[in-house]
Amino acid sequence: MVTVKSEHAQEAAERGHAPRPVRAREPRPLPAPVIALRGATATLGGRPVLRGIDLTVHPGEVVALLGANGSGKSTAVRSVIGQVALASGEISLFGAELRRFRDWSRVGYVPQRTTAASGVPATVREVVSSGRLSRTRLGWPSKADRAAVQRAIELVGLADRAKDSVGALSGGQHQRVLIARALAAEPELLIMDEPMAGVDLASQEILAATLREQVAAGTTVLLVLHELGPLEPLIDRAVVLRDGCVTHDGPPPRAVGQHALPGHAPEPLTDSSCHPHAAGEPLRTGLLS
Amino acid sequence: MEILQTPFMQRALIAAVLVGITAPAVGIYLVQRRQALMGDGIGHVAMTGVGLGFLLSWSPVWVATLVSVAGAVTMELIRAYGRTRGDIALAMLFYGGMAGGVLLINLAPNGSNANLSTYLFGSLSTVSPADVTAISLLAAFVVLVTVGLRRQLFAVSQDEEFARVTGLPVRTLNLLIAVTAAVTVTVAMRVVGLLLVSALMVVPVAAAQQVTRSFVVTFVLAVVIGTAVTLAGTVTSYYQDVPPGATIVLIAIGVFVLLTAVASPLAARRARALRAADDAPDVDVPSARRPTDEVTV
Repeated sequence: MVTVKSEHAQEAAERGHAPRPVRAREPRPLPAPVIALRGATATLGGRPVLRGIDLTVHPGEVVALLGANGSGKSTAVRSVIGQVALASGEISLFGAELRRFRDWSRVGYVPQRTTAASGVPATVREVVSSGRLSRTRLGWPSKADRAAVQRAIELVGLADRAKDSVGALSGGQHQRVLIARALAAEPELLIMDEPMAGVDLASQEILAATLREQVAAGTTVLLVLHELGPLEPLIDRAVVLRDGCVTHDGPPPRAVGQHALPGHAPEPLTDSSCHPHAAGEPLRTGLLS
Repeated sequence: MEILQTPFMQRALIAAVLVGITAPAVGIYLVQRRQALMGDGIGHVAMTGVGLGFLLSWSPVWVATLVSVAGAVTMELIRAYGRTRGDIALAMLFYGGMAGGVLLINLAPNGSNANLSTYLFGSLSTVSPADVTAISLLAAFVVLVTVGLRRQLFAVSQDEEFARVTGLPVRTLNLLIAVTAAVTVTVAMRVVGLLLVSALMVVPVAAAQQVTRSFVVTFVLAVVIGTAVTLAGTVTSYYQDVPPGATIVLIAIGVFVLLTAVASPLAARRARALRAADDAPDVDVPSARRPTDEVTV
């Protein structure tokens, strides 16, 4: 596989981060994108939330979806997994049209939640096991299924809490349970909606380490983030949304501060049809809030 | 034991055990979804079924089963698709079901409010052999679903959106929970009565979860509590001539209060221990002084 060290990767190396090879944008035969969203529009309660979004995620890529509250990032990822119906546009997963896609065990989804608990007590292992149902379906779990659940729990560092009720965990540990649940199916694509929201520093580090391992193993990741935070070195590409339009698609904003704004990014993407009033106006990404 | 020799008590005890098993087995999923009062709604709708059974001179248990299944499916569809004021739609269903039951039973040639009250509050002496057959078949269905599909039903009740993304047939499983709950209501109505059915779905689960940490243990303990209280209530009502439904529910609430009283100090101690473990610093901070230091003042 031909990989070219991009400007961004070199910069990352200069900053002391392990450089991740970034694929060249030169035309070459690419494998089918893992996620392809074309001209997606969606409305929620009569309000347009997505106004013509294109988003392509290639195998092995780590893409962050950034933007302020209400910019449509959550709606975009929820449309990718079929939880928000598009008004127009196309979605395909692993080269298959979303409507025909059945291979859900290839997708691990971490919804935006503050808790993994429900009305009845459940242990960490019980909640994580439900992530394995995309493989076992209506059948009984095998030894391999149990082993995968155990591995997922170990990956997020909760092995010693596996038999504890999720109700007794801290906010960051809840998030780790949700991520372990997504990992239990051993997915090729991880979709995470604000995995760092309300997570304490110690858990953030563990989550970043977990994700690093997944990425090293070749997992494709699409995550919604409010700010890059400790995940920054992992991210290949950032897509910034604003008012339901893509305003930036390229290397992640480098640092939190003025220069982090997409207007300062090397490859600003301006789409006049989607965003006629963007020129000259300062962009608010939510990165500062 | 004299109580086991009277045929009507034998039937009543069989019905009581089946109710004690099935009601918490379904109820746990309703509690998990925070729909604890759904059983109550189905109970109201089932009244129309009882009235219709009397009017048509068919078995009230089977007609009530059909009507409450239809009602539960309607409630689930309103929950899943209803965008505007689902609570109002549900209220219509509850009160319509109750009013329909009262009206129909008064229109029936052999029906009266006295008949209806045995269904509302439960009546052991009226459990017929045909009722026992019907209750046994329905209970078998409930156990098969709630135990056989526990992993899938757990996932759907825990996090519906996530369950959809795992590719589970969520809509079908939701309808299955609704249908199973409706069937349970009609299993339980002869023993505890339609107005108190929901209590037996919820209270044993609420009592069990005071002392449990896992779903499976909660499930088992709730069924044990459910069976114990229905048996205790049935026997009490035989000796004391008190209505069985009310007795069963009050005993169940007593168990809940007892377990809560026992569990609260335990939970507090466990939480303290956990917090202490979490707070324990894992960094090695060298102390300023070493034992070998000579400190003189």
